[in-house]
Amino acid sequence: MAYSEKVIDHYENPRNVGSFDKNDPQVATGMVGAPACGDVMKLQLKIDDEGVIEDAKFKTYGCGSAIASSSLVTEWVKGKTLDEAAALKNTTIAEELALPPVKIHCSILAEDAIKAAIEDYKSKQPA
Amino acid sequence: MNNYFQLFGLTEQFSLDQAALMQTYRDLQKSVHPDHYANQGQQAQRLAVQKSAQINDAYQTLKSPLLRAQYMLLLVGVELKGEQQTLRDPMFLMQQMEWREELDDLKRSQDIDKLEAFSDAISAERAALNSNIASAFDAGEHRQDVQTWANEVRKLSFMDKLLTEIAQAEDALDY
Repeated sequence: MAYSEKVIDHYENPRNVGSFDKNDPQVATGMVGAPACGDVMKLQLKIDDEGVIEDAKFKTYGCGSAIASSSLVTEWVKGKTLDEAAALKNTTIAEELALPPVKIHCSILAEDAIKAAIEDYKSKQPA
Repeated sequence: MNNYFQLFGLTEQFSLDQAALMQTYRDLQKSVHPDHYANQGQQAQRLAVQKSAQINDAYQTLKSPLLRAQYMLLLVGVELKGEQQTLRDPMFLMQQMEWREELDDLKRSQDIDKLEAFSDAISAERAALNSNIASAFDAGEHRQDVQTWANEVRKLSFMDKLLTEIAQAEDALDY
């Protein structure tokens, strides 16, 4: 299957690969996996006091499309508020990367990773 | 249409005898062999070909623990094959990530002994998960708590993916 140029670009030069300390109260960690292909994705957001995402990092074990989807998302969420980030849809990711139908689940994985990270952040905040 | 268990004359449970399964498969395929239908007209021949394909699908499904578990969930109304739903189980996924990092390190070090030891350890983990699923499914627990057991079966596909990658790494080290 042919990958789009954008997928290849993110795959060959992935942005923001790495980790933050998951115990840092300002760090939100989203762990998700796609049972269909066994891919695993970790997305971490560093959130400032105003609730704005100041930095993002990812680590993905999976195919080119999964890596590209998570790489793209780390670029997109920077500077966004949590609500803005939560509103990001997988279809936007799939469109930007021109993912074929069989790879749509990779973009769903990236969307769910953001949601899981936000849930993690909220669970860390004092009630 | 009979379900795959009925087709093979089996009670619907996870544990099964692989040797007996293969024997039944051969007997069933023999019974629909084209030679038996050579003089019986096109309709009968076509039906025999369809039946043969169905027997084959059933065998492939029943033979594999993962596919068998997925099929048993399908029979209680949960379709896992080709699903787009993601698994959110941080502990399990963190462990998966660590194992994949470990595999990367082993690939880099090209240490075949350590890679084999890792392969054995992961195979044991997979076997433990498989045997949990086997006893629960044999007891019919997957009918009561479909979502819990669907997640356990989803975990099995991550273990399979990891084991496939370990096997590829072993092949690449060429021994």
